[in-house]
Formats: sequence, structure tokens, C-alpha cells
Amino acid sequence: MAASQSEKYKSDGSALGGALEWVDARFPLTKLWREHLSEYYAPKNFNFWYFFGSLALLVLVIQIVTGIFLVMHFKPDASLNASGVPVAFASVEYIMRDVPWGWLIRYMHSTGASAFFIVVYLHMFRGLIYGSYRKPRELIWIIGVLIFLCLMAEAFFGYLLPWGQMSYWGAQVIVNLFTAIPLIGPDLGVWIRGDYVVGDATLNRFFSFHVIAIPLVLVGLVAAHIIALHEVGSNNPDGVEIKKHKDENGKPLDGIPFHPYYTVKDIVGVVVFLMVFFAVVFFMPEAGGYFLEFNNFYPADPLKTPPHIAPVWYFTPFYSILRANTVNFFWIDAKLWGVIFMVLAVMIFFFLPWLDRSPVKSIRYRGPLFKGALTLFIISFFILGYLGILPPTPGRTLVSQICTIIYFAFFLLMPIYTKMDKCKPEPERVTQ
Amino acid sequence: MKKLLISLLFAPLLAFAAGAELHLDKAPNRSGDLAALQHGAKLFINYCLNCHSASYMRYNRLKDIGLTDQQIKDNLLFTAEKVGEPMTIAMRPAESKLWFGAAPPDLTVIARARSSGFGSGADWLYTYLRSFYRDDSRPTGWNNVVFENVGMPHVLWELQGQQEMGADRKLKLVTQGTMTPEQYDAAVADLVGFLQYMGEPVAEFRKKLGVVVLLALAVIFAFAYALKREYWKDVH
Repeated sequence: MAASQSEKYKSDGSALGGALEWVDARFPLTKLWREHLSEYYAPKNFNFWYFFGSLALLVLVIQIVTGIFLVMHFKPDASLNASGVPVAFASVEYIMRDVPWGWLIRYMHSTGASAFFIVVYLHMFRGLIYGSYRKPRELIWIIGVLIFLCLMAEAFFGYLLPWGQMSYWGAQVIVNLFTAIPLIGPDLGVWIRGDYVVGDATLNRFFSFHVIAIPLVLVGLVAAHIIALHEVGSNNPDGVEIKKHKDENGKPLDGIPFHPYYTVKDIVGVVVFLMVFFAVVFFMPEAGGYFLEFNNFYPADPLKTPPHIAPVWYFTPFYSILRANTVNFFWIDAKLWGVIFMVLAVMIFFFLPWLDRSPVKSIRYRGPLFKGALTLFIISFFILGYLGILPPTPGRTLVSQICTIIYFAFFLLMPIYTKMDKCKPEPERVTQ
Repeated sequence: MKKLLISLLFAPLLAFAAGAELHLDKAPNRSGDLAALQHGAKLFINYCLNCHSASYMRYNRLKDIGLTDQQIKDNLLFTAEKVGEPMTIAMRPAESKLWFGAAPPDLTVIARARSSGFGSGADWLYTYLRSFYRDDSRPTGWNNVVFENVGMPHVLWELQGQQEMGADRKLKLVTQGTMTPEQYDAAVADLVGFLQYMGEPVAEFRKKLGVVVLLALAVIFAFAYALKREYWKDVH
């Protein structure tokens, strides 16, 4: 009772103070501010890798705000206009040319999509190297993987909207994956598309998912991710719990209030990020065909299949895993195995907290086995990503098969090699 | 372990070994050259904008390349009534598809669409427009090195003259056009320069604004970093 009393603001007599007291009597404003910012104690030894959480939040805001303005001018309509161009495709070019600053808003949104994945991949890598998924942060990790799933869905639905050739055929390929499921497959494909091919019905429902359904879930999950984090407290590069050592007031000795210390530090990170982000937006918005694929400047043509269909770069590691399997084993078709492997490649992240049996969390105190396994995993991930851009050849397929095996071995053998590993002793307190 | 690592590092090289080669000539850079772009606009409107539309491009956008509304109205407004209208054409896609086998694509963003690993979209267009040759087996009497069995005839043949494919798979000019080969190459470069401009009219302004934005961010960075240093002084 006493604690909650102290969390209510007492007016100093000023008009603003009075207003805050009035709000505090009815809404836990001061309490929230303290719990999540001014009295949320974060470890003082955060390094470079700890910028990417707040940056992910920033990119989410950029995507939502630019998205709101794009929706004002975009038309999810696959019918052809008088010049024979699909209305949706033409409306994107309308935004690029006739809407004041439309080009900037559109480039920020298209660059933001790739930036989101870069930031989130780095954020996940941080979790991997410092063991941020370990007890007591398993639920933060699981919510994070759900966010990653939402993000993939969001990117997939959004990519259809410009209605270019890659939009169209990319959606066609991915929806066709569902048709590989036995018995219900073909019907499921029709149910997802709302048509026998990707068409106007598909465009409209993907638009709805992209602007309403998924963002709503995404924002909710992000809130849950942060609430869970603030419940247990942040991990740090040493992987030791700062809550073990508290001062007489119950504050962690190695903790500093998030505000102002990490707010001012994150502002620096934000500015550096924006410099890179806007360098792409202003000087290379296509990013060599990786952020905006060249083929997507052709309007969707259901009668003309492009010779080579590649997803956007952030999906290519998983696309490679999908294509890697070429054998029918047991009684299941090779294509269906590919789909199963691809789904497992994402789902396996959920189990990470229980696969890792190491006595230490951080890579700083791990032994050579984990370091080697992680290095191999990251190299395989990059190679899979690279191969996913290229059309398959027998040589490439072999390489992607090897990398797929390494990818899964990293997770499945983890209980063994993390237990065998020669770890160094963890320090009691964080090091600087 | 080390061996595996090394072999993994070289794996992409091994994998990167197939695929058809496409040789493209480098298109001369015409960005910011207003006289060249205006010449390109003239060629585009006279030669291309009969079968191809540029339906996302408005006539009065040509003010970007130094033309006035009056100049556009007097010299270039063939397919529209008002300068604010887009560059559409009278030919309907359904009909042109019957005539050519494929409807001539809208060219507004063709320079962006034609980019590839082999070169920029401008390079492709520059090479393509100089690579037509006589081929009597084709319905139009023309074929193209870059775009095999293309449905489009050589619209600029009067300027370039006629090329033939030699036994050595090289093109030879067999009849002279109204332009010398050098003049023709320069004219095509202007036309391609215009197509590239039209693909993204804002490109030049975008780059200029980018410099301003990055400088502003650099200043903000100095303040943000100083602020962080100040607060973190007492964290040990």
C-alpha cells in the first residue's frame, strides 16, 4: 500500500502539477513511467548489440506511419486501366510521381521493410550470443519468435500489393506451397487465394491482412515482449543476473535507470541508424535490386511466368531450405518435405531455451564447441541466403543441402555440445 | 573442423558457375544534361509514343528538364489535349496484342525494369536500340540480338540504316541511314537518357536532398553523442 501511495504524484500547486495529480488519481501514469523508464534498472554494460531492440521499435513506427499515408493513395485493384496497366501498379507509380513527397514515403516504407529484417536478425543474433533466451527469459524469446513470424507474414502480404511481376509470382509460389499438403492442399490453396489463381480477390485480402490484421497482432506482441522483459529484467553481455546483487534500497548494483541513461544512448543509436537508413532511401532505394527487385517494375502478368522467381533477400535462407530437399523419402513427396523443413527451420527457434544445456549464458564464457557451432550456423545461414537468390543448379543444391544439415544440426545437437563444452567460470558481477 | 569451414567459405564460388551471358554496352550518362534529355524527349514522343504509352508520366512533368508549358504545348503535345494529362496513346492494348503478338509495354518505368545483373536498365536499352538486324524469317522483317524474336520492328531504322547479322555473329551496317553511326549512338544515348529520367523523375532532386538530410543528421549526431557523454560521465 505504501509503495503504491508513493507512486502517485502530489501536486506542487502549479497547473501542470494539478493536472498530473488528477490523471494519476485515475490512471497509473507516474507508476508506468517509473516501472518502464525512470526506475527500470538495466545493466550498465550494454554494448553495440543492444541497440537493435529499440531500433526495431523505431522501424515499426516508421512502417506504421508511412503505411498510413500510403494507404491514403494506394488502390488494391487488379483490374486494368485504359492503358492496360493494373490499377494497383499504376497507383504505386501515382504515389511515386503525383503525390507530394509520395516517393519519399514509399521509399521509406520499402527500405523500412528490409531494415526491419536487418535489425531483427541482428537483435536475434544478440539473443543467440548472450543467451538472452535462457531462464528466466524463455517467454520473452517465445514472444519474440512470434513477432518474427508475424513480421514474415506482414512482409509476404505487403509484397503482393505493388502488383509487379515478382509480387505476383512470389505470392503464387508461396501459396502453392500450401497445396503440397496432402488431401486438403488444393482446396486450401483456393481458400487462401479466394480464386484459382492469384487475382483481385487475393490482392484485396492480402491488403486487408497487411494493413489491419497483422499490424494489430504485431503491436500487441511487441507490447507483450516489452512487458515480459521489464518483468524479469534485461540480460547483458556477461549473461549474469544483476538482480543477485542489490543495494540497501533494493536497486541492482550493476543497474542504471533506463531513463535517462539508455534513452540518451539509444538516441545516438537512432541517429546512426537513420544515417544508414536515409543513405539507402536517398542514394540507392533499390539497393541493387535487393530492396526493390527490378522485375517488380513490370506489372503483374498472369500469362508470363518469369524465368527465375526469387523472394526478397530476407526470405532467401528459408527459400533455400525449401528447395534443398530433392528426394522423396518415406512415403512423402520431396516438395512436401521441403515445405516441412522450411516450417521447421523457423519453428525450431521456439525450442532454443530448452535445447541449450550450457551452465553459462554468454558467449564470453562459452567453450570452443558452442563458438564453432554458432560460427558454422551463421556461415550456413548466409550461404543459404545467397543461394536463395540464384536459380538452382545441381552444385548449388548440394551446397544448400549441406548448409541445411548444418542449420538443423546447430539446434538438434545443441543439448549435446553445450553440455560437453569447456566453459569458463562466469563472473559474479558484470564486467566493464 | 577448420577444413569444413574453409570449404564452406569457398562453396559459393563453386555454386556460381552457370547462367547465360548477356553483353551490354555501357550507356553514356545523360543525367542532368538538359539539352540531351530534351532531345531524348523529342525522339521518344515522335518515335515511341505511338505504340508505347508512358501512362504514369504527365506532359507537364517535362518542366523538370527545362521546358515551359508553352513549349510542351507547341512541340510535344501529340496524344493529349492538356499539358497536365499523362502520356497515353490511342492504340488499345487488346488490339496491339493481336497485331504484334504482345502488347507494347508501357515505357514509363522500363529503364528501371530492365536493370539486371548484366547492367543497368539504361545499358540494356542502349544496347537493344542499336542491335536490330534484318531477319526475313520474322513477321516484321527485324530481329534483335539482345531481345531474340522481339515483336517490335526497328522503328529507328531510317536513322540508323539497316544492319545484318554476319556469319561471325557480328552486326554489319549494310545500308546507311540518315545519321552516321556516331550520330545514331548519340541520339540513342539521349533517348535512353530520357527513358532513365522518366523512370524516376525525382532521382536528381532525391540525391541532392539526401546530402542535406545526411548533413543534418551528422549535426544531430554530434549533439546526441555529446548528450550521451554528459549523462554517462558518472557511470562506472
